[in-house]
Amino acid sequence: MDFNDTKEEAEFRAEANAFLKSHLKEKTGGRRRESGAEFLARAKAWQKTKAEGGFAQITWPKEVGGRGGTPMQQVIWNQEEGKFDAPTSPFQIGLGMCIPTVVAFGSDEHKKRYVRKALIGEEIWCQLFSEPVAGSDVAGLKTRAVKDGDEWVINGQKVWTTGAQFSDYGILLTRTDTSVPKHKGLTMFIVNMKDPGVEVRPIHQASGGREFNEVYFTDVRIPDSDRLGDVGQGWKVGLVTLMNERLAVGGSPGPDYSEIMELAKELGLMDDAAFREKLADWYVQAQGYKLTKFRTQTALSRGETPGPENSIGKIITANQLQDICNSGIELEDHFGLIMDEDLSPMKAIFQSSFLWAPGLRIAGGTDEILKNIIAERVLGLPQDVRVDKDVPFEQLRVG
Amino acid sequence: MNFDFSEDQKFLAEQARKYLSETCTTAEVRKVLDDESMAFHEGIWKGIAEMGWLGASIPEAYGGLGLGMLEMCVLAEEMGRALAPVPFSSTAYILTEALKLAGSEAQKEALLPKIAEGSVIGALASSEGPGAPDLSKLSTSFANGLVNGTKIPVLDGDIATHAVVLACEGGKPVPVLVDLSAPGVSRKTVKTLDPTRSHAELVFKDVPGERLGETADGAANIATLMDRAAVLLSFEQIGGADRAVEMATDYAKERYAFGRPIGGNQAIKHKLAEGWVKNQVARSNAYYGAWALSTDAVELPEAAAASRLAACEAFWFASKENIQTHGGMGFTWEVDCHLFYRRAKLLAVQLGAPKLWKENLIGALETKNAA
Repeated sequence: MDFNDTKEEAEFRAEANAFLKSHLKEKTGGRRRESGAEFLARAKAWQKTKAEGGFAQITWPKEVGGRGGTPMQQVIWNQEEGKFDAPTSPFQIGLGMCIPTVVAFGSDEHKKRYVRKALIGEEIWCQLFSEPVAGSDVAGLKTRAVKDGDEWVINGQKVWTTGAQFSDYGILLTRTDTSVPKHKGLTMFIVNMKDPGVEVRPIHQASGGREFNEVYFTDVRIPDSDRLGDVGQGWKVGLVTLMNERLAVGGSPGPDYSEIMELAKELGLMDDAAFREKLADWYVQAQGYKLTKFRTQTALSRGETPGPENSIGKIITANQLQDICNSGIELEDHFGLIMDEDLSPMKAIFQSSFLWAPGLRIAGGTDEILKNIIAERVLGLPQDVRVDKDVPFEQLRVG
Repeated sequence: MNFDFSEDQKFLAEQARKYLSETCTTAEVRKVLDDESMAFHEGIWKGIAEMGWLGASIPEAYGGLGLGMLEMCVLAEEMGRALAPVPFSSTAYILTEALKLAGSEAQKEALLPKIAEGSVIGALASSEGPGAPDLSKLSTSFANGLVNGTKIPVLDGDIATHAVVLACEGGKPVPVLVDLSAPGVSRKTVKTLDPTRSHAELVFKDVPGERLGETADGAANIATLMDRAAVLLSFEQIGGADRAVEMATDYAKERYAFGRPIGGNQAIKHKLAEGWVKNQVARSNAYYGAWALSTDAVELPEAAAASRLAACEAFWFASKENIQTHGGMGFTWEVDCHLFYRRAKLLAVQLGAPKLWKENLIGALETKNAA
């Protein structure tokens, strides 16, 4: 047992680090969520630099602009890039989820047209699955696609779409047949987000920010040639997209045990026995998460498929973040309500993450759905009762 | 990154699991549970001695197999999984490690070969009453080569041949090696909530003992011994916790209520998923503990504490929810669930309850931050 790179891994890490050093500044502890036009321009420029250097999408084949590298190299790259002030978030969904779906189900034209542009940061993609009535049960979605000659006409609404406001294209899951059970009537398309019938409206989140969107489709026409997979096969296509989700969703920003320990010291509260016990629990959980990733990396390093242990991630991190923020605020007592960064200890990170945390427990699979997945796929327990299983969608009560 | 056991170590684990699943069935464990005159399972003890496990981490020069601590970890997991009713931890984690850590050459030569062959059984005599023992105020004394005091409860105290007694020498805590056949030792079996591992009260009256290591190093030696034992014990706990989640999962698939398997209900599924997650957290922390143990890393104190805390939580949760998942059946003597419930509690307090280890952990982190 050791934590060392193999010789090849060490060489790759050094190469990656040298490249990063020559282009970016090292991170200085800032944990802010960035957005805006200036950030987007910086992100696009960095993506281009990365692609030219051969470090964008390490595991993709060289023919499509990847490096033809190993999953372990991708992990090493992510670790090294994480040490720098690298603006990567606008591309995570497109390159992590959408483009792999285009590669798997698109035509040669599609691959030629879209893959490279996405890779070099010229075009940004979003994923249009969730709807107001279809979140955990996403196969219950209602956005309609109706065939009209060689085109499909789209009407409906998507929700919680990350990056829709600056995306050029999206992959769009629609209902094309309401007379069959819900999973069987879905079809996937590529949609041009600049189409006049596409309207993006920011969602005013409970946290106060407006980072996500609703997307409305009004008589948007999509050529049949921009369909991904067969008509009625949208669920199968979507599963490929979601399979890649785990790889695309990054770590959750926010305070951890070391920051709340710092806060307690600052406030002179480290002697509180109850707090010390909680701190121990958080440390054990955080280590559990970090070290479990090391187990996954070990499998990758050995060229093996990682075990299911990887799936503990978000259940642990989202709940822990919420718990730590809650305790951080209570450590500050009444003063803990203050959101003003200049007044609040540690620039109000506990307060802002307190408001974000409920969203993290829902996004990318709720706690409940993730537990279902572990129970069914890892432990092999039976599926829930599905009363909608063989019922035509038009006879189902949805929402 | 190589954060896993090697192929050889995994093979050892497989062999151990196979051997124990044949020889150490719960029917065998129950013999010790049901028969008050049986303090441990001698057949299983002889068997694992023959397999060489008692000497796995003992150097070949002292009659052991000379394997590493990682091999001990995988064996510990299998022993925990099988709920082995034998004094393995008291002997192989406590006595062996105490000798390796602070024993003199003569002490090692005298005892390690006998440990390896199974004729010496160890025990840790620490507790003196309710509450975690305060090492700075132990009432058991060591002076002029003699031990005086009372220890209760001592795990395996009624069957041990030798004990590591924590005693106070001139105001300082020291580990003292005591041959329990010496005059002045009296033992009385004490009833505990896990009868598959016996306990005793030990009274020492002018009993000759040999200090392990120097007086000045006593506190540090005790701390390191506890850390080492805690890592190994956490593997036992994980073995038990994994098996408890498996038992509950199997039952939830087979048991029908309201026309379908109870495991189809989210109340059951989520509970078992949580148990599985806790077991992963425990396993990952324990691997880190194993790494620290096998490399004598300076991180051992926090690694051991985190390993122990995660394992205590995992086994506790798994063992109680295993009973709950089994429903009324789970509350009967005949169904094995309570064996795990009992053992989980024993393992969670035998080296100091989680509260103590949480303080150890935060103390270690503070020391590290201050450095």
